[in-house]
Amino acid sequence: MSETTKQPASRLASLFERLKGENRAALIPYITAGDPDAQATVELMYAMVEGGADAIEIGVPFSDPMADGPVIQAAHERALKSGLGLRGVIDLVAEFRQRDAETPVVLMGYQNPIEAMGVAAFVDKAASAGVDGVLTVDLPPEEADEMSAAMGERGMAPIFLLAPTTSAARTREVASKGSGFVYYVSLKGVTGAANLDTDALAAQVKGVREACALPVGVGFGIRDAETAGQVGRVADAVIVGSAIVRLIHEQASAAGGMNAQGLETVRAFLAELRSAVESARQ
Amino acid sequence: MPETNVKATGAPVNYASFPDQRGRFGDYGGRYVAETLMGPIEELTAAYEKYRNDPGFIEEFESDLRDYVGRPTALYHAKRLSELYGAEIWLKREDLNHTGAHKINNALGQALLAKRMGKTRIIAETGAGQHGVATATVAARLGIECVVYMGADDIQRQAPNVFRMRLLGAKVVPVDSGTRTLKDALNEAMRDWVTNVDDTFYIIGTVAGPHPYPLMVRDFQSVIGREARAQMLEKTGELPDQVVACVGGGSNAMGIFHAFLADESVELHGSEAGGEGLESGRHAAPLTAGRPGVLHGNRTYLMEDENGQIIGTHSISAGLDYPGVGPEHSWLKDIGRVHYAAITDDQAMAAFHDTMRCEGIIPAIESAHAVAHARLLAEARGGQRILVNLSGRGDKDINTVAKLEGIEL
Repeated sequence: MSETTKQPASRLASLFERLKGENRAALIPYITAGDPDAQATVELMYAMVEGGADAIEIGVPFSDPMADGPVIQAAHERALKSGLGLRGVIDLVAEFRQRDAETPVVLMGYQNPIEAMGVAAFVDKAASAGVDGVLTVDLPPEEADEMSAAMGERGMAPIFLLAPTTSAARTREVASKGSGFVYYVSLKGVTGAANLDTDALAAQVKGVREACALPVGVGFGIRDAETAGQVGRVADAVIVGSAIVRLIHEQASAAGGMNAQGLETVRAFLAELRSAVESARQ
Repeated sequence: MPETNVKATGAPVNYASFPDQRGRFGDYGGRYVAETLMGPIEELTAAYEKYRNDPGFIEEFESDLRDYVGRPTALYHAKRLSELYGAEIWLKREDLNHTGAHKINNALGQALLAKRMGKTRIIAETGAGQHGVATATVAARLGIECVVYMGADDIQRQAPNVFRMRLLGAKVVPVDSGTRTLKDALNEAMRDWVTNVDDTFYIIGTVAGPHPYPLMVRDFQSVIGREARAQMLEKTGELPDQVVACVGGGSNAMGIFHAFLADESVELHGSEAGGEGLESGRHAAPLTAGRPGVLHGNRTYLMEDENGQIIGTHSISAGLDYPGVGPEHSWLKDIGRVHYAAITDDQAMAAFHDTMRCEGIIPAIESAHAVAHARLLAEARGGQRILVNLSGRGDKDINTVAKLEGIEL
């Protein structure tokens, strides 16, 4: 686990392999890069790993985040005010990698900033910076061949979404084109949506597993230790976004930025989630 | 839907064969949406493929276009405007449609499809409010719940249309995110759709969005060009030399262009919103001054910065104030079949006044861009026969015009 020359995709693969042995789900927090500012993003990444994050999803700010709810939309708008673009986000990952060679990092965003940079240039720069996977919300597998091929050559994982509206046939197709893990959107709706029906979720995840051999991460609607624990019982990864973004914004706006106390609050929240995920299958 | 009555044989491009199965017009179009929408989009595609050739559906659509919308609309020889501009100018009078613009052709078609699919709730986005009013109108007639998303700034600018939609029973939801205009209303409508996919039909107002929307909206609007082409032949015995239409998302332009694509002798011109001039940066002309990218479910020309962020647009006309454009236009630009140019706010306003004073017709400021474009073509070539799509009436714009002239109404 410690050698820094490890191919990026193997960071995700070895994470899920190890956690299978530990019989627990991975805890994957999401934050929007550049909220409240670029430097805070790297500090938040370290704080989240310290609190118990197994991997990190970094949101790439976009002017039109169509699949996101109000909390993450507002985070994108705040990040864009600082002028942070995709290249800047990749630079932040490279900075994070200087002190953390192990924690998988997945970029989550929209296709247009990648197109503007150019797919080849993006893949090259992201792979060199130590990005392990990319989830492009508005790039379903049908449109992703060029990106996926370029990423595969550099050992990065194209990560796709599955939804309650995805048919079994599509699930098989998505599973064959993705790698790393699949991100199961537990609710119809946008990020930060309301209540999760955990009984229904168990059945849904079972259905996904029948058509998909990749680890199944579940996101949308996980807001606290209780829901994280419930999801951790059935999923291979528990993805928490809006709840953390909201917490970061509360801390940053109260203190005029991300200070030591704010970082500690975020770390403590992650520790709570981690503890719930660890005891979920006991 | 019956295909256009053009003869594609012998033409180098078979325009009727686009888009392909993946919704592609060359490099443009496609389906760039979150996974949750892929199922509903496949369902919509299957339903549309079924009904577009269904005689019962076509008959219902055509009889509603006739008896409810008031089609066919007139083709009118604008003689005094012709004299002023030095060309033979014909206006396709889409302003005479029920609700005052071409938008109702598409809203009606999609609403009839929604009904056949058993959907009980309709949502739409709107900029100037014309598509919102058209959607609220057809929803009222069919007794279907209707929610319209509209940027908070546009709600301020277009208060009369907001009130019309509410009188028609629609709920108008202000959108406070982003630039608080049309593109953000579209984002919010997508978010509603992804949340309520089971019972909701999203009526997109232009030839953009994920496949099959660009195809479907073009089909519903292509009645404009079929009528206009037959009317030109009937009244003049010949096809026009040039056809001109304004392009925001581009539905009225695709609607009139489609029937003429295979007529190689007919030049096609699209008029984008040049705002305060391309050099000012304050415009809404992605085809003239933007570059290809991905937004709102399709690949197309966009207005964006070097980081791929969509940038704010400006036009005096709310209906053209959009940073993207339908993917078929992007393709037609690249293959050179349609020529696009940017018309400034000032040029459009001059044409607005010309049309009123010479013809007694109030054009929508959107449509005035096409009239202004016809003037430029007339000045450059002289004496040609130009067909202009007068896509809507301008009663909705008189507050804007009064404000420009410093008059309080």
